[in-house]
Amino acid sequence: MAALVIAEHDSAGLKPATLNAVAAAKEIAGPDIDILVAGKDCRLAADTAAKAAGVRKVLLADEVTYDHGLAENVAPLVVELAKNYSHLLAAATTSGKNLMPRVAALLDVMQISDISAVVSADTFVRPIYAGNALQTVRSKDPIKVITVRGTAFPPVEATGGSAAIEPAATTDAAGLSEFVRAELSKSERPELTSARVIISGGRGMQSGDNFHLLEKVADKLGAAVGASRAAVDAGFVPNDYQVGQTGKIVAPELYIAVGISGAIQHLAGMKDSKVIVAINKDEEAPIFQIADYGLVGDLFKILPELANELDRRQ
Amino acid sequence: MKALVAVKRVIDYNVKIRVKEDNTGVETANVKMSMNPFDEIAVEEALRLREAGIVSEVIAVSLGITQCQETIRTALAMGADRGVLVETNAELQPLAVAKLLKAVILQENPEIVIIGKQAIDDDCNQTGQMLSALLGWPQATFASKIAISDGHAEVTREVDGGLETISIRLPAVITTDLRLNEPRYASLPNIMRAKKKPILMTTPEALGIDVTPRLAVLKVEEPPRRQGGHKVGSVAELVDKLKTEARVI
Repeated sequence: MAALVIAEHDSAGLKPATLNAVAAAKEIAGPDIDILVAGKDCRLAADTAAKAAGVRKVLLADEVTYDHGLAENVAPLVVELAKNYSHLLAAATTSGKNLMPRVAALLDVMQISDISAVVSADTFVRPIYAGNALQTVRSKDPIKVITVRGTAFPPVEATGGSAAIEPAATTDAAGLSEFVRAELSKSERPELTSARVIISGGRGMQSGDNFHLLEKVADKLGAAVGASRAAVDAGFVPNDYQVGQTGKIVAPELYIAVGISGAIQHLAGMKDSKVIVAINKDEEAPIFQIADYGLVGDLFKILPELANELDRRQ
Repeated sequence: MKALVAVKRVIDYNVKIRVKEDNTGVETANVKMSMNPFDEIAVEEALRLREAGIVSEVIAVSLGITQCQETIRTALAMGADRGVLVETNAELQPLAVAKLLKAVILQENPEIVIIGKQAIDDDCNQTGQMLSALLGWPQATFASKIAISDGHAEVTREVDGGLETISIRLPAVITTDLRLNEPRYASLPNIMRAKKKPILMTTPEALGIDVTPRLAVLKVEEPPRRQGGHKVGSVAELVDKLKTEARVI
């Protein structure tokens, strides 16, 4: 048994979710884990991958064909490499979700999406219905194509390994798709999916401008800033802030939900957080039922007070 | 050009689901069913392309039990021109759905296929990508904007870091994200009109597709319940608890 983890990277380094996927792979295949780094000018990402704990070797496919990770071009490469592996894994991020089903279909196997636990080499647990039920499935396919829910698998150490880096056989460009441009959010704050503390705002924030109240608290806590679907739909903040069933799944040490009522699809994205705080003026809001600490009141008064209190108690 | 949309019948998004006591699945008897919300967005987008004069006909396809006709009728009431139902009582997993859709597509020859990025029941997020792979077509997943010209679609995608725009050659498969559009409601006259629109009935056997599930569902369970509900009286108390009790700040 051997597993290939498809790295998520930005050429210069590995995205943290890759290390969660490696952790899941380890539970399945023990020491026989390789990482594929496919992209253009991504040697640095391969170097980082080689340092991850418990990695046997890194396959580097450094070609213009794989630039921007277009699924039409990367999937044939993964399929080509698949014959050496029993399991193919990627993080259940937007890039993993985009690529892996394409790989699975080309291999004529079912993907096992978003696994939250490994029962055995062919049996996995995955959340369904926005995490309101857990399904245990056994795959009958010869190769298991899997995406991994990062929050369910603590990442392997980013350092300590010294895997060899080998060039991977390359495949031709499909000529079906082209990258045009990216408009990526720039932030000095930690990434949502790897942050230790997250503070999120909902419809109760009333406007995008009011998010600066959250940011002030976030700065005191070194927190990432997130949002509910309602806040994103209302245009307060960009889509990449969204926490929920169809947005990002997070499980920080501390999650502070501000002006968020607690719709099922939002809870699906954050209910595995270690400690949940809810701040809402409606004491009947469902978010309070799952919050460890609820504070009923006007967020426009509470947030500045919270920032001050954190300052005072530093 | 023709547009094909796939519409899935799922438990309504407002229903709080119940896991069956024998742990074989989720209770669906006497539960309100609706069209998967992401598929509604797909139907709406196809209709807008038709209204813009880019698409000539919108075909709504569903797969599953007889009652999936109701889901197709909803799409027809929104404005789709006709429907196709691949009728079966078998459990359909995304790979089988993609194969069935491919078979329908080879008969209907649409140039653009729009489907929801995921269904809110199994949360798989696979079918669109699998379908485009089987067809050898390009894919644009998680679309928040679609612009069609010159045999290409320029699609803006919602990705983890923000937005990404790609250009894909048609024919292609596009999967919808939440911000693509706001689906219309069907008006009463359109609901009446939809009853007269044709639905072509077929089966996996007629299409020659083996739909045997590849994943065996061993059990379905309730997740552990979270014990919450404690209230604090002030900001000072909250910070105090977070520091001394929870020890997370």
